[in-house]
Amino acid sequence: MGKSPTTKDDAQALFHSLRSAYSATPTNLKIIDLYVVFAVFIALIQVVYMAVVGSFPFNSFLSGVLSCVGTAVLAVCLRIQVNKENKEFKDLPPEHAFADFVLCNLVLHLVIMNFLG
Amino acid sequence: MAVPVDNLTKPTPASSTLRFAFGNVLAFFILLLIGVLAFSIRLFSVIKYESVIHEFDPYFNYRVTQFLTKNGIYDFWNWFDDRTWYPLGRVIGGTVYPGLTLTAGTIWKVLQSLNIPLSVETVCVFTAPVFSAFAAWATYLLTKEVKGTGAGLTAAVLLAMVPSYISRSVAGSYDNEAVAIFALIFTFYLYIKTLNTGSLFYATLNSIAYFYMVCSWGGYTFIINLIPMHVLLCIVTGRYSSRLYIAYAPLVVLGTLLAALVPVVGFNAVMTSEHFASFLVFIVIHVVALAYYIKGILSPKMFKVAATLVVSVGVVVCCAVVAVLVAVVASSPTKGWSGRSLSLLDPTYASKYIPIIASVSEHQPPTWPSYFMDLNVLAFLVPAGIIACFAPLSDASSFVILYLVMSVYFSGVMVRLMLVLAPAACIMSGIALSEAFDVFTRSIKFYISNLSEFLQTDAGDTLPGNNVSPQNEVLKNEKKEDTLKERPSRKNKKKEKENIEKPYVKSKTEKRPLVLPVEASFFALFLTVLLGGFYVVHSVWAAAEAYSAPSIVLTSHSHDGLHVFDDFREAYAWLSHNTEVDDKVASWWDYGYQTTAMANRTVIVDNNTWNNTHIATVGTAMSSPEKAGWEIFNSLDVKYVLVVFGGLVGYPSDDINKFLWMVRIGGGVFPHIKEPDYLRDGQYRIDSQATPTMLNSLMYKLSYFRFVETDGGKGYDRVRRTEIGKKYFKLTHFEEVFTTHHWMVRIYKLKPQKNRIRGKTKKSKSKTSPTTPRSGTVKKNPWH
Repeated sequence: MGKSPTTKDDAQALFHSLRSAYSATPTNLKIIDLYVVFAVFIALIQVVYMAVVGSFPFNSFLSGVLSCVGTAVLAVCLRIQVNKENKEFKDLPPEHAFADFVLCNLVLHLVIMNFLG
Repeated sequence: MAVPVDNLTKPTPASSTLRFAFGNVLAFFILLLIGVLAFSIRLFSVIKYESVIHEFDPYFNYRVTQFLTKNGIYDFWNWFDDRTWYPLGRVIGGTVYPGLTLTAGTIWKVLQSLNIPLSVETVCVFTAPVFSAFAAWATYLLTKEVKGTGAGLTAAVLLAMVPSYISRSVAGSYDNEAVAIFALIFTFYLYIKTLNTGSLFYATLNSIAYFYMVCSWGGYTFIINLIPMHVLLCIVTGRYSSRLYIAYAPLVVLGTLLAALVPVVGFNAVMTSEHFASFLVFIVIHVVALAYYIKGILSPKMFKVAATLVVSVGVVVCCAVVAVLVAVVASSPTKGWSGRSLSLLDPTYASKYIPIIASVSEHQPPTWPSYFMDLNVLAFLVPAGIIACFAPLSDASSFVILYLVMSVYFSGVMVRLMLVLAPAACIMSGIALSEAFDVFTRSIKFYISNLSEFLQTDAGDTLPGNNVSPQNEVLKNEKKEDTLKERPSRKNKKKEKENIEKPYVKSKTEKRPLVLPVEASFFALFLTVLLGGFYVVHSVWAAAEAYSAPSIVLTSHSHDGLHVFDDFREAYAWLSHNTEVDDKVASWWDYGYQTTAMANRTVIVDNNTWNNTHIATVGTAMSSPEKAGWEIFNSLDVKYVLVVFGGLVGYPSDDINKFLWMVRIGGGVFPHIKEPDYLRDGQYRIDSQATPTMLNSLMYKLSYFRFVETDGGKGYDRVRRTEIGKKYFKLTHFEEVFTTHHWMVRIYKLKPQKNRIRGKTKKSKSKTSPTTPRSGTVKKNPWH
């Protein structure tokens, strides 16, 4: 796909503006984002491993991948609830959000440990 | 919703909280009464007959529950049942939906530990009414989330009595739907609650409730397809919010994992097409969430640039992924769907490809009268409810509308799925009735408050204020509710409301109140109550007369009183007392569960119908002549054959009426059985005009053996209303061992092979018969 120079300039400008806007986010949100990226990365590694080695036993593969995806999703939910710019969750104290996050993770990992086999 | 309105005319905090408290206590007691009503309306069968398990499927569940209570949960999970589908057996632990049996087993265990000695049968019989009370409470909670307390109470009372739900949850109907409908409504309630509050705690509870639903019923696929559809609808109509993400994404991950935990579902949770919708929408919601996030942090110009870039790249990637997915799905012949789901999507599929699914009477499409019989008044309250949901449209009300539309479609495919329509119809009708009551009572209250204003003519300046304030409450009740919702945690609520009231007072003085004339509203109120009365009368009648038959005991009223036909239990008791424990009994698959549960004998096929070839074998045996049938049964080690015959008493669900299905299913696997051979000019007959194949078939012979002795030589069949074709014949390979009192169940024993064969021709034939394999592959037809 040949990119014309204006598109390339646009892409670069976009990249810069994204970078600057993202660096304005508070640190705790950046930590959560890092955790999400880490979890997705681990899931991808597991998928690649499965593609190389084979999918037996399938339940272990499923539980591994779904635990990574699950914690990523739950971390995104936590980020939504803790983000101060989100008007819908203004009244929710961040400790409450974190407690919900921990509870949900507990249930998720209980199921994972059962399914791991 | 009638209760909080009055707060605005009496702004003192004490009396308003008192009214709130009074309203809540009243709601609590109403709910308690609704629970008692739901429980007691389902007890007609226990009163009319006895506390017995009904029908066929509940007997299997009862047997499994007995095993669970006797042997514990580990043996239950690992149970391999060798008393059924002989010689194949059945892996019970892996093929049964454990929710119902585990629930009843837990209840029994808890009661035992409290030293309340209820038998397992009693617990099983009464599980369904108890859970229908829970389902009514769950409907209250769900409708409260959608519209408010008044609508919730109305919907709950409607669900407690709706005949469609009663039909599958009477006392004694110990089937999956008894707990599954409660799980369905409760899961939907938690989903709506999560959507409304955005709390991750409720999302977790939602997943756990979904897990309970997966454990209970195969209809869980309805949930896992409806919720993604609703999410997609919200995204497409521009109602995406972060609460939607919190409601949906954890449910998919946790829900898939929990569904995979149940042995029946296992890896189907990720590999069958029934679940693909949820994964697709999972990806879509992530894309949408990302788009909204980037939109939030970028300036609009930059966002446009980003959008064009993403679209150009993304379209290519999307096409590649979709192509791969389509290739994977298209490679399987059923496109990844199971037979049952396909028969729901394409109503003609089952009759073309899977005759067993088509033959079940519950899988036929419903007739129009059955909608009115099962839903009664709700059938025309539902459209009013749909309109009420649109004013105003929220996430929750759009969900209920979608649920209703989908369930109406599926109920049109299979009459059994009217059960899924019932909660949706009750919710809609509850909303409609509650809104109607609101308008009428509002008009009456306005009229009464106007009357009281005209009577007190003292303070002139209070008059306009008082005249206007009822107008306010009359006009914008919903707006007050909205403002109340938007400020849920304000401490000084009263002050805010009075601040709002003042600008409303100024702007709304000229508007006329939306009230009806008082006479019309009184009359309309009376008519609505009458409508409710009709509904109640019909529901009680349906519960008492139509849906309380246990179908294992039949009754009929005649001039000399009540006749009770207890032939089935008579036959099973005979079997359990007069045969060896290891004897195998062959019958059509309808009676398999009852035979194993009550007679405690091994059967060849039963209601699980998981092996079409095995059923076709039994069908072929019943359709073949006596000798061929004997050979098939002998190869299966069968000792006794059980046949249900209704010709003497006029019982229409007997085996001769089901015989054509045996021919069709048998013919589907063994091609030498051809259905036209059994029909004369396309008509199914058993009289003298019947075809010789029909008159020679084993089913005919076993049903009508010695039948002429009952009415002195005529042999008049009361169900088919003709005289039978072949009247006097002898059975050469079977001997009759038992016929019940009303000739409804007939049991025959296979005669052992003769030791000595007389004659040379017979000797050569007997040499060929043990060496030929089962008659399915016999090339010549020795009976023509």
